[in-house]
Amino acid sequence: MSAITRDEVAHLARLSRMALSDDELDHYATQLDAIIEAVAKVAEVAAEDVPPSSHALPLTNVFRADEVRQSLTPEQALAGAPAVEDDRFRVPRILGEEA
Amino acid sequence: MSTIPFDEALGRYEPVLGLETHVELGTASKMFCGCKTTFGGAPNTQVCPTCLALPGALPVANEKAIESTIRIGLALNCSIAEWCRFARKNYFYPDMPKNYQISQYDEPLCFDGHIDVEVEGEIVRIEIERVHLEEDTGKSTHMGGATGRIHGADHSIVDYNRAGIPLVEIVTKPIPGTDRLAPEVARAYVTELREVMRSLGVSDVRMEEGSLRCDVNVSLMPRGGSEWGTRTETKNVNSLRSVERSVRSEIERQAAILDGGGKIVQETRHFHEDTGTTTSGRSKEEAQDYRYFPEPDLVPIAPDPAWVAELKSELPELPSVRRKRLQAEWGVSDLDMQAMHNADAIDLVEATVTAGAPAADARKWWMGELARRANESGTALGDLPITPSDVARVTALVSSGALNDKLARQVLEGVLAGEGTPDEVVAARGLQIVNDEGELTAIISQVLADNADVAEKVRSGKIAAVGALVGGVMKASRGKADAGRARELILEQLGVSE
Amino acid sequence: MSLTRKSAAELGALIAAGETTAVEVAQAHLDRMAEVEPKVNAFLHIDAETTLAQARAVDARLAAGEKLGPLAGVPIAHKDIFSTHDMPTTAASKILEGWRPPFDATVTARLRAAGLVILGKTNLDEFAMGSSTENSAFGESHNPWDLTRTPGGSSGGSSAAVAAYEAPLSTGTDTGGSIRQPAAVTGIVGMKPTYGGSSRYGVIAFASSLDTPGPFARNVLDTALLHEVFSGHDPMDSTSIDAPVPSVVEAARHGDVQGMRIGVVKEFAGEGYQQGVLNRFHEAVALLESLGAKVVEVSCPTFTTALPAYYLIAPSEASSNLARFDAMRYGLRVGDDGTRSAEEVMALTRAAGFGPEVKRRVMLGTYALSSGYYDAYYGQAQKVRTLITRDFEAAYQQVDVLISPTTPTTAFKLGERTGDPMAMYLADLCTIPSNLTGNAAISVPCGLADEDNLPVGLQIMAPVLGDDRCYRVASAVEQALESRWGGPLLKEAPAL
Repeated sequence: MSAITRDEVAHLARLSRMALSDDELDHYATQLDAIIEAVAKVAEVAAEDVPPSSHALPLTNVFRADEVRQSLTPEQALAGAPAVEDDRFRVPRILGEEA
Repeated sequence: MSTIPFDEALGRYEPVLGLETHVELGTASKMFCGCKTTFGGAPNTQVCPTCLALPGALPVANEKAIESTIRIGLALNCSIAEWCRFARKNYFYPDMPKNYQISQYDEPLCFDGHIDVEVEGEIVRIEIERVHLEEDTGKSTHMGGATGRIHGADHSIVDYNRAGIPLVEIVTKPIPGTDRLAPEVARAYVTELREVMRSLGVSDVRMEEGSLRCDVNVSLMPRGGSEWGTRTETKNVNSLRSVERSVRSEIERQAAILDGGGKIVQETRHFHEDTGTTTSGRSKEEAQDYRYFPEPDLVPIAPDPAWVAELKSELPELPSVRRKRLQAEWGVSDLDMQAMHNADAIDLVEATVTAGAPAADARKWWMGELARRANESGTALGDLPITPSDVARVTALVSSGALNDKLARQVLEGVLAGEGTPDEVVAARGLQIVNDEGELTAIISQVLADNADVAEKVRSGKIAAVGALVGGVMKASRGKADAGRARELILEQLGVSE
Repeated sequence: MSLTRKSAAELGALIAAGETTAVEVAQAHLDRMAEVEPKVNAFLHIDAETTLAQARAVDARLAAGEKLGPLAGVPIAHKDIFSTHDMPTTAASKILEGWRPPFDATVTARLRAAGLVILGKTNLDEFAMGSSTENSAFGESHNPWDLTRTPGGSSGGSSAAVAAYEAPLSTGTDTGGSIRQPAAVTGIVGMKPTYGGSSRYGVIAFASSLDTPGPFARNVLDTALLHEVFSGHDPMDSTSIDAPVPSVVEAARHGDVQGMRIGVVKEFAGEGYQQGVLNRFHEAVALLESLGAKVVEVSCPTFTTALPAYYLIAPSEASSNLARFDAMRYGLRVGDDGTRSAEEVMALTRAAGFGPEVKRRVMLGTYALSSGYYDAYYGQAQKVRTLITRDFEAAYQQVDVLISPTTPTTAFKLGERTGDPMAMYLADLCTIPSNLTGNAAISVPCGLADEDNLPVGLQIMAPVLGDDRCYRVASAVEQALESRWGGPLLKEAPAL
């Protein structure tokens, strides 16, 4: 049995906002299946009482003082924008949740 | 959309509330970068690589924001985490630059607290599930289409000045048992939270500017039932009045659906100020999967217990405690105190008392004449163009006998009209009580002569009739006479004693 | 000897002594680049004018008596994952083609402050995801030892540039071996500092909890000199360590393993390891013993699960880190025809702008973090991470450093593994554990494999903030081998 179905791959593509073609979905389904099977080895390590590590080092409490620093100018901020209107980033219409 | 009347709905169902409140902290700089947080700056002038999510930019947590969150947690009687992490909440949205929000997931900074609110003389304890820290999003303006609404717009333009402003989310546990007071309890809770934030000085909590925002969860359970119903989450609830109305409207709507044998859909709803009702958010194609995981760019927070203890010892007096103290100091009834609370007058009265006015006088002016004028002009009491020390000065002028109440009202009117300080208004308008006995005696003689019949009645023992003569004196002096002294002099002239 | 054959330390000394200038040195390297780039393709961006302007500025600073470090005026090839305000920064992705950041990465700023002259931006696997540079959106780089082979990856442009004498120094980032593996397969030195020892600010993120900027050079001392220039605490990076940089230059100058306890990782041998690689490794072990080290075998059983754990953790973080490339604020935008929604434009842009490996890892990471799978994949991988840390800690109770081959094989042929992601991933087998635990690790040349006459790297791993131990051992090995070989390994490389 495969670890991941083509439908699941299509779902992952949607979740990660990538418009993949049917061919790509087929291709990635096969590859991801193989990869997931391989990485599933982590599950074989008995580690029930082992705390997870999210970080490489055990640092804590790294903060900055509440001080204002120089911002970019609007020109700098908008320089790389695909589209600009009225000093704002112009984006395509948003499918919002508002009725 | 069908609804059934509120009272009828409450006859058959018990509401369960839940509130999620977002408070923008009033830090000088943003949560994870040094950009300013000032409201209303020109678009994209308060942005940097970090809050624009430029490639390679990294967050560093604002210590003041952590401190403020812990203080909020302490004020809400929460436990403070010994160790906790930020987490990434992943979802794509154009006003969220990184397409994940740095938030907290299963390790909030503060948890398991409570706060008491008073509604109609009853104390309701609201249990707090968690208080956590996250960041705000940018602001989209929807262009083309109908009146700036997202629906039907043909494109949007985004300003990221707000992106990254620290946001504290305060989540209650489900609140059962509020019954027909549910709308009022919801409102009282948000009001109390707002005051706690103010007393802590952590936020300006201006709902109209969005620095305090509320999501209201409501579900209904059939009376006598034991299983809570499906809840809806109403967003966009941006005034105290709306909090109350949205709860009421959701109860009426859900009751109608349940009465008709329908099922409540778990969904996001939006509140509309104009109609006072909620509408359904876009139904989602698939359930959100936020893929939370610990934020690797930030290290865990492990507040030093000594620091937490210090913050706790330095907490200011909380609003409910302060209200009790002031009530005792001022000697006012529960009802009067509640009225002052509802009118947002407590701070004003206290400041007026601090400026030297007797509590009763301070309360009288703020809750009387000034409340009336605020109401007439549709402004909040605190936004009237008059200061507590102005009011204190007016009460001082009255108690010294320089003004009577009628003149005092004219002084207040002058101050509100921008004519200057109370003393300047008194001088400019010539609003001095006539203390000159000679002048007063002359006016009285004239009034007695003009009202010989009344004078005769008084002289013959009908002392109550003296009021008409005093009124005459006040009229003749255009209100500037001291009514008490006038009465004494009239009786003296008529040779009558009480 | 031509300026391009000199070490960074030598160049720095010549410039400081006024015997040559930063401009002359930069020009010599630009000339070399013009000559060999058609074959090597190490650079994504070259801008001679900007480079020479930087060189002139350094000469002026020196002339004005400004005290700059030992690398003032020395040119450097800079991996195109570090933000540079005066050169494009693309991470070898179409989605960032032409992107010019309005700021410098901390590492970039420190290079400039120390008077290094940036020759250009080097090629890499897109977003540093790969082991060969074949995942670059702008063409692969070639291994100067054999142009039909990869220079390793992801920092393959940087390793190729240094091995091809286009630059005496280069920068890299190491997430699962992306400095050590390319160094090993091109016969140069590459160091992954302790995680948090070098700033990630301005480095386009692949996997935040693993990414570590580090130096490449043709010898151990140059590597240490560069290490020292850009390391140290950075308040802009919350994961940066607020502690003094270990004295790596001192260690590099005094290679000595007398009395040192050195552990050979038992698990890094056997199936999948090229015999010639193992032969050179075993010789290195013998060499260390002959130099007075006490070598023991150490077992780190969980290291065999490091690779699967890595291929869950890195893609998970990447899936989130790469979400910002959404066509809204910068970079590529595809399909915005006025009718499509932002969501559609995002999806079309990301499909067009990301290469296959990036898409694969973004989906893998999305999967590993999804509700229902999180505990089994990402969560479990994090526990394995803890276990690997414990194995390292136990090992460092017994020994001062651990050693292994840097890579199981020598440089592979271009195209050989592109169809098989899992085979490609094996290139990082020995390097990944140090990334998961934040340890320091270096790769130093230890000879040519018998089968193919291609370089083999020796990996030396040390505990967190034990970077100096890596240099001490690497320097001893380098000294002994170079005297045996009669010069550096690179002299064996064919002329280009």
